[in-house]
Amino acid sequence: MQQDWIMGLIGGGLIGMAGAFFLLVNGRVMGASGIIGGLVDGSGRSDWQERAALIVGLVIVPAIAALAIGGSETNLTSNWMVIVAAGLLVGIGTRLANGCTSGHGVCGISRLSLRGIVSTAFYIGAGGLTMVLFKHVLGVI
Amino acid sequence: MRAVVSFLTGGLFGLGLLISGMTDTTKVQGWLDVFGDWDPTLAFVMGGAIIPMAIAWRFTIGRKPVLAAAFPAPPEPRIGRNLVIGSTLFGAGWGLAGLCPGPALASLSYGGTGGLVFLAAMLAGMMLTPGLRVRFDRAVPAT
Repeated sequence: MQQDWIMGLIGGGLIGMAGAFFLLVNGRVMGASGIIGGLVDGSGRSDWQERAALIVGLVIVPAIAALAIGGSETNLTSNWMVIVAAGLLVGIGTRLANGCTSGHGVCGISRLSLRGIVSTAFYIGAGGLTMVLFKHVLGVI
Repeated sequence: MRAVVSFLTGGLFGLGLLISGMTDTTKVQGWLDVFGDWDPTLAFVMGGAIIPMAIAWRFTIGRKPVLAAAFPAPPEPRIGRNLVIGSTLFGAGWGLAGLCPGPALASLSYGGTGGLVFLAAMLAGMMLTPGLRVRFDRAVPAT
């Protein structure tokens, strides 16, 4: 659809403004995996309220917005093995790399961080190769 | 007050993910699938997000955050094993399901059981990582 890129640009702008707001007011980097991971492994115990508050907002606001527009859809695969494997890989990978699409991608690239740029190149490359292998060669997804 | 800011940040972040279509796994996989029916949306989302963020980083020079002592220092520009291996594993999982940590949470209300299972597996993976990291670091000294 032609309007998809416009919605992408608008939505992306909101994501960037959220990150900018968080940085300028709280002085923190808006990285989803770091904020969640710090709660899960206990490394972010000292500021758990802030992390929890961000996660609550991240869940609740799109929930309300999705209701308002009559629901939304993730179109996630129904293959449980793939879902579990993907979840584990995303959890382990983002914590090992210390960042994901928001931390390394949006917040890292925008400050020209070498780590952010290298990480993004590797996860996009790996994602592309995964599509080739598991979709076009093996036909699993 | 910092928690209120965090809540608003999360809300705006989630709204952006929903509007941009990034909680739709077919759009993410469509972008990664360069040999299929390629979908350029993700590039516009990334670009749209990086512009305000880059302006914000410029603005931090010589200033202090409103509710904190200092801005985060740039990380050491060290490209270690953990960064490369971690990013590669993350990319593989991202390609398989089309979800990354932000959208996994933002889509929780409409992602169904599959979304919950993905989130549970992701949290389990995050819980396992500190142990793995120690092992990786011990196996080969970091360069």
